[in-house]
Amino acid sequence: MSLKSLILVAVAFVVISFSSVALASSTEIKPPSQNWSFSGPFGYYDKAAMQRGYKIYRESCSSCHSMKRMYFRNLDALGYSESQIKNIASEYIVRDGPNDEGEMFDRPALPSDRFISPFPNSKAAAFANGGAVPPDLSLITKARANGPDYVFGILTGYEDPPHGAEVVEGKSWNKYFPGHNISMAAPLSDGQISYEDGSAETLEQYAHDVVQFLTYVADPHMEVRKKTGLKVILFLLIFAGIMYVVKKKIWKDVH
Amino acid sequence: MVSGSREKFDNPVVEWVDSRLPVFTILQKEYGVFPTPKNFNYLWNFGAIAMIMLMVMILTGIILAMHYTADTKLAFDSVDRITRDVNGGWLLRNIHMNGASFFFIAVYIHIFRGMYYGSYKRPRELLWILGVVIFLLMMATAFIGYVLPWGQMSLWGATVITNLFSAIPFIGDSIVTLLWGGFAVDNPTLTRFFALHYLLPFVILAVVFLHVWALHVTGSNNPLGIDVKGPQDTLPFNPYYTYKDLFGVIVFFIIYSVFIFYMPDALGHPDNYIPANPLVTPPHIVPEWYFLPFYAILRAVTFNINIYMLVGLVLLAVFMVEFIWRHKPRYLGKGSGGVLLLVGGGLTLFGLICDANQGWEIPLTAAKEAPISAKLGGVLAMFGSIALLFILPWLDNHPIRSARFRPLFRVFVILFTLSVVILGYAGSQPADKVYWSTCFGEAQACKQLADGHSEIPHGDKPTKEPTVLKFDNTMLAQIFTGFYFFFFLIILPLLSRFEKGRDLPISIHQAVMDKHKKAGV
Repeated sequence: MSLKSLILVAVAFVVISFSSVALASSTEIKPPSQNWSFSGPFGYYDKAAMQRGYKIYRESCSSCHSMKRMYFRNLDALGYSESQIKNIASEYIVRDGPNDEGEMFDRPALPSDRFISPFPNSKAAAFANGGAVPPDLSLITKARANGPDYVFGILTGYEDPPHGAEVVEGKSWNKYFPGHNISMAAPLSDGQISYEDGSAETLEQYAHDVVQFLTYVADPHMEVRKKTGLKVILFLLIFAGIMYVVKKKIWKDVH
Repeated sequence: MVSGSREKFDNPVVEWVDSRLPVFTILQKEYGVFPTPKNFNYLWNFGAIAMIMLMVMILTGIILAMHYTADTKLAFDSVDRITRDVNGGWLLRNIHMNGASFFFIAVYIHIFRGMYYGSYKRPRELLWILGVVIFLLMMATAFIGYVLPWGQMSLWGATVITNLFSAIPFIGDSIVTLLWGGFAVDNPTLTRFFALHYLLPFVILAVVFLHVWALHVTGSNNPLGIDVKGPQDTLPFNPYYTYKDLFGVIVFFIIYSVFIFYMPDALGHPDNYIPANPLVTPPHIVPEWYFLPFYAILRAVTFNINIYMLVGLVLLAVFMVEFIWRHKPRYLGKGSGGVLLLVGGGLTLFGLICDANQGWEIPLTAAKEAPISAKLGGVLAMFGSIALLFILPWLDNHPIRSARFRPLFRVFVILFTLSVVILGYAGSQPADKVYWSTCFGEAQACKQLADGHSEIPHGDKPTKEPTVLKFDNTMLAQIFTGFYFFFFLIILPLLSRFEKGRDLPISIHQAVMDKHKKAGV
């Protein structure tokens, strides 16, 4: 048996084993993959969608979910100006101190402050939410497999349980949540949040926009990463080409 | 290191240094004119690539350590801060965490190259052993490095792997306490792991130095596996291999860059972006991909090795040593081989069946009484699978090195490589995953079983319980674990004794010339 035929057998085996895996795991419902502006080698964040997504986070998600790795100053990536960011931050109150008299005091938030968490600690969060701690959303799209599709799936996956299935007391049925019983009640619905830019006020659009925002928060350097990557790889390809020619020339008298 | 005659350098500064410390002479001798076989293929690039990867890891690691905090309360945040706020931090971290994977890719290809072309054989046994030491140190370093970001997989991976040591009789629990620095994986574990993660790469560097030193004593092997006969077989290392290696490194870096810049998290696990939580266990704890074959071997031992099995295995081992490894049995008569094989095999099988059927209550087969528990058996198998690499030069002592001239060895070494890949796949899947199953019995009862009822409701109990035949992930891992050991312990020694092999070329030079003649150059 030649090396080539062995490799062919190997490839065939691997393909078969992987395709059987894909078939076997199809009983678990995977969130359908969406078309995201940020996927692919030339991916970018859609600023208008991120601003809308931030609005959704502010008006809906942030009542339960913290985002403690995000600073107000990071909002500039969404296209907000410095004064707009100052205005947004000043709407929040943070506890600071101690001051010169040793007292803690409240002051309006500054761009250098982190996003304000809805609960002082995870115990308080669990107590207010029937025992379940709403996860921090700073890294959510990285912390789940196919994160953006998963979050989109969860937000749009609420439905009546199929015939015969039982929903645990105090939980909701979600098509895409592992085990289907999710502690979060459906957080968004059509027309719930008003948009100023004329975008459709539908659940799908909301979910799409908030995922844009959440993906930025989890991966703020994605655009510069991919742009740098393009330059690095182009450089390396040219370098490799030159080196190949140099190597050929050096080896000419041997071969 | 260099004594006696030394050629003068023209450059006065170089000459001044070299006459006091002959670093330039050494460099010239070991990397300049060093005679290297002229018939290397591109698989020989991976030693240099691995070396470069070690440098990349050490450099990025030192800078990351400047920003990292080894404290369970701060570690996750400090890593997140590196990627978010440190200038270029995202790049450094992506280079480092994907660098671990690409270091292993380079080293695995390097090891495969060594096996395929018999580079471990005389006179390069010690060179090979030093390489296996590097591989072990790399595994330790990578494992503790994965703990540092203190995500869910960090904590639970560390818990699972360190717990393994508790299976060692007598001293196991003390070892685990020592590793943990307490009674669970916690802050003392993290701080000592960080200290070790900073130390071990320099130990690796030292062993790499010895590895390269040993290489420069024996000289490189080559795809033909025959010895260098004279100057016409070799080329000076520089410029021929410096430039060829450089080209290979750049091509490797292109693929590496695709991961760094376009899919930095593809080789990691999403759960490691969840801060470690000792109260929540992830549904599937999986190690990094480069450990998966060994993880599969670890999990393949699902049975306790009771006294019958142990005796049976010892008898089989005696048979193996006397009748397979030795050309002539030294201590036993020729006729005793069949008896050993039959009795040993029978006892092993009997022990295995008894262990699977605890209800039979056959004396000395209770799971508790087994001298080697399934857990310890798994640990022994896992460490044994690596330990076999150390003795590989003596398991395979066939005089021909290269698989090119050993058709049978070639088939088996490729099958072995495939089986390691399949083991890696098995390691990534849940143990109870069913690939294929069929049910014999009443259609109704089978359907209920298939629908996920583990027990059939009493109302419509069939007259006969259905029989289910299935092939699950554990069985897959067991079959290929079996082949892994069979390859080293049985196939290689047998091939060393009985494989004839093809005629070797007269010299490297001759083979290269013939090849060119054939190609019409």
